Amino acid sequence: MNRPQSVRQSMAWLHTWSGLVVGWVLFAVFVTGTASYYRAEISRWMRPELVHSNLDPAAAVTRAAAFLQTTMPDALGWSIRPPSTENPAVEVYWWRDPAGPYHHALLDPATGEQANVRDTQGGDFLYRFHFELNLPPIWGRWIVSACAMILFIALISGIITHRRIFADFFTFRRDRSAQRGWLDAHNVAGVLALPFHLMIVYTGLVTLSSMVMPWAEMTAYRGDLLRYYAEAGLMVPGRPAAGRPGEALPLGAIVTRAIAAQSETPEMVVVSSPGDAAATVTAYFVELPGLAHLHPQIAYDAVTGAEIGRVGEAGTATRTGAVMVGIHEAHFAAAPLRFLFFLCGVMGAATVASGLVLWTVARAPRGAKPEGLGLRLVRFLNLGTIGGLPAGLAAYFLANRLLPVNLAGRADWEVRLFFLAWIAAALASAFYARTRAWSLTLAVPGIAVLAIPAVDALIVGEARFLGFDAAMAVLGLLLLVGARLASRRRLVRRRTEAILHRTAEA
Amino acid sequence: MSAGAGSARGWAAHTDRAVVAARVILAGAGGYAVAALATGWLALVLPGSRAEAVSAATIASFAIMAAAVIWVFAARTLARAALSLGLVAALLSVGLWLAGAFQTGAPA
Repeated sequence: MNRPQSVRQSMAWLHTWSGLVVGWVLFAVFVTGTASYYRAEISRWMRPELVHSNLDPAAAVTRAAAFLQTTMPDALGWSIRPPSTENPAVEVYWWRDPAGPYHHALLDPATGEQANVRDTQGGDFLYRFHFELNLPPIWGRWIVSACAMILFIALISGIITHRRIFADFFTFRRDRSAQRGWLDAHNVAGVLALPFHLMIVYTGLVTLSSMVMPWAEMTAYRGDLLRYYAEAGLMVPGRPAAGRPGEALPLGAIVTRAIAAQSETPEMVVVSSPGDAAATVTAYFVELPGLAHLHPQIAYDAVTGAEIGRVGEAGTATRTGAVMVGIHEAHFAAAPLRFLFFLCGVMGAATVASGLVLWTVARAPRGAKPEGLGLRLVRFLNLGTIGGLPAGLAAYFLANRLLPVNLAGRADWEVRLFFLAWIAAALASAFYARTRAWSLTLAVPGIAVLAIPAVDALIVGEARFLGFDAAMAVLGLLLLVGARLASRRRLVRRRTEAILHRTAEA
Repeated sequence: MSAGAGSARGWAAHTDRAVVAARVILAGAGGYAVAALATGWLALVLPGSRAEAVSAATIASFAIMAAAVIWVFAARTLARAALSLGLVAALLSVGLWLAGAFQTGAPA
């Protein structure tokens, strides 16, 4: 590439190789991130024991505080999420050190004791995998950020390469040749949702910016992140502990005040230095109606119940950043728009997958030339990722229904089975005959995903899970359709070869 | 990738791999360095409140990095890419120094 050549050629090279090296991680990030638009629904399906009850949120919070008081009275902080229709249980975290560990429990809002629910990470596993890859958070976030930046580069170089972007948008030459078909599929999926792809990758980077791009805070605030958050209007400034004990009001009384002040139940209540004379209770409310990911916050003195402060007004730039995070997470989106985001996410995964397949199709040796190691490796990784991840997802959901409810470390077993199934499916795909590899690799997870609604109907069988089960049925059928298409292409090729053979004989 | 795929393959095979590797490293490390310097500098010099400048600089940072990376791969030669990136980084460092980023103690 040191030889002088056109910018479009360099950009084509850049698009091909940047897309390839991060394609497998990006496919997993797109799939789990897209599923995360329905994180609450997934969590509800995976915890069928939890049913929403119309209990007083203030009373539920007081009970949760009593649980935390016995569990860790000298904690640095507690966080309590009151029950809601989306999340029926009271979710609590408690910690002694800001670096962790963060302990977690789901409580029954009626009793304040640990809820009688199967141990699972629910939709949170997919959500966290989406930006941490189940690695230690620092590693996972840096890797995902680097992949996102490379995807951003791949998008830009793809646009520069693709001069006829609008004309090709209406072009789909499925039957000309395999390579043309895959190229057109890649272009259609990529271009149709291009605004979404550009948006989701850039806003994703902004979401992780405090870790990967801290240099503005470093120069302007000398790294004092909390001060930046307070001045920017993102957080109520904290206050230090007094170091002597204080008798706190019942937490529910403060929640009642917060509900009166904002005319809505807080989404989250955080107690800093519980038991201290200067303990603070901060009520976080759901985002304001609108795009921005800005949570109104009110801080109260835990002992007197007096209001200490509210979060300031965010300026234009800060609000812009908050809108970016808001659009990425799509909390603002009602059901139809959320579904559109979901479809765009599917298109993102399809763009990555078709690009990966296109790489191998474009490099398939003609005639009897042997295949190189690189081509075989890429094909193995393609099969193992595109077919393996759905197999892992199927195992994760099936394990949730089939593992004994009281199994020790049940949540860990679900995750373990997710990875075991993924690895097994990937390894198996390496042993399938070349011509049948794609159809088998898609058919296996297709059947496994189709088993999910059946197993759920047999074991739980509740009408409120019909939506999730129907979505799984559709996903399973789509995988089987993909498997069928992959095997049909083989038939077409065989027919062409037969014709060629006859022509040659004639 | 449309037009370039076929020719790119033949051409990449003949290319000096070390030069390609150098471009990749320059794009990654140099692009991030330029973005980090620019972000730190913008946070000090952008108008408006300090917090607003930090937010704006951080949002812009990824576009700056992407532009630097694209430039490294679009430049005619590796030397030209490296020189221009080095020049921008040097200018940004001077800007940071003028804006007082390297003084000890709290910023104004």
